[in-house]
Amino acid sequence: MAYMMIFITAIFVNNIILSQFLGICPFLGVSKRISTAVGMGLAVMFVMTLATVVTFLIYYTFLQPYNLKFMTTVTFILVIASLVQMVELIIKKTSPGLYQSLGIFLPLITTNCAVLGIAMLTIQKNYTLLAGICYTLASAMGFTLAIVIFAGIRERLERTEIPQALKGTPIVLISAALLSMAFMGFAGISY
Amino acid sequence: MNKTSLENLTRGLFKENPTFVMLLGMCPTLGVSTSAANGLGMGLATAFVLLLSNMGISLVKNIIPDIIRIPSFIVIIASFVTVIEMLMQAYLPQLYAALGIYIPLIVVNCIILGRAEAFASKNNIWQSFLDALGMGLGFTMALTILGSIREILGNGSLFGRSFISEDTPTMLLFIMPPGAFLALAGIIIVVNKLRGVK
Repeated sequence: MAYMMIFITAIFVNNIILSQFLGICPFLGVSKRISTAVGMGLAVMFVMTLATVVTFLIYYTFLQPYNLKFMTTVTFILVIASLVQMVELIIKKTSPGLYQSLGIFLPLITTNCAVLGIAMLTIQKNYTLLAGICYTLASAMGFTLAIVIFAGIRERLERTEIPQALKGTPIVLISAALLSMAFMGFAGISY
Repeated sequence: MNKTSLENLTRGLFKENPTFVMLLGMCPTLGVSTSAANGLGMGLATAFVLLLSNMGISLVKNIIPDIIRIPSFIVIIASFVTVIEMLMQAYLPQLYAALGIYIPLIVVNCIILGRAEAFASKNNIWQSFLDALGMGLGFTMALTILGSIREILGNGSLFGRSFISEDTPTMLLFIMPPGAFLALAGIIIVVNKLRGVK
């Protein structure tokens, strides 16, 4: 039941993009087409889960026992950056098909604050490894859900007549505000 | 001060304002601008890291091999972020608590790595200092403006000082997440109008 609650809270109530504001850059940048949004979502889900597991293990085997907590930021960002590089190399070698569809998103993920943010929040919230993985997966699903819905809205927006002053960034932000308002409706859910 | 220096200083303030024109660093912009004070604090913390990292990177740019450029920049930036994180924890615990996870996340703020890559790795330390100062102040200004608007509309106060009676209803929406998007959209409409963007 506790895991269920982590899941629902992370996907809907505290949606990583629409209420925590992590990963806004890909949300605004890679959401023009539903297909690319799905690709980005899957890539984030994969990297984020891997990153949380690795940083979790490093934190509890090295940083905490040796009193090196102040090194968290430096260690985590380095681990995540090298992890992304490594994943890119492995996917490129082993499955070119997957690389074709996900490869272009991987470099973008290094500077995606959602990955570092969730890795740190997992530590801050004192989750166990299993709860941490659960939390990360759910957050990544929330990311995918938000970015895919948003891509759908933007595809429709392209065919609508928009007032001159709102063209470009303003209308994108206003749609994001409306979507965020819709997600606020989930705030009532509690166990 | 000659013309290039002046241009490097003012570029970040208006013409290439990182938030309103370039749309960089959106996560902290939207996440912590719930009040003017938070916006100002976050802006100054980022400006501090930007100043030090731009100067540091400009100093060591000739020793770093090209191929490990980006990882080295990230380590330099992360070190300064850790410094400001510890300083804030010690001297400004309240602000530190309010900004929370966004302080360590300064590391992945694209403005900082962007300026390191686009400017500090090619220019001398004085010009890099001016560039960082301009960009940092531009970011701080943007966050403070956004924070002020959200605080005035959502809470009826500015920098914590309330100017309406307690039972007056306010537009609470503006200090909640959707308000961040809405307020930023409003500002960008005005900025685009002023810049003459069609």
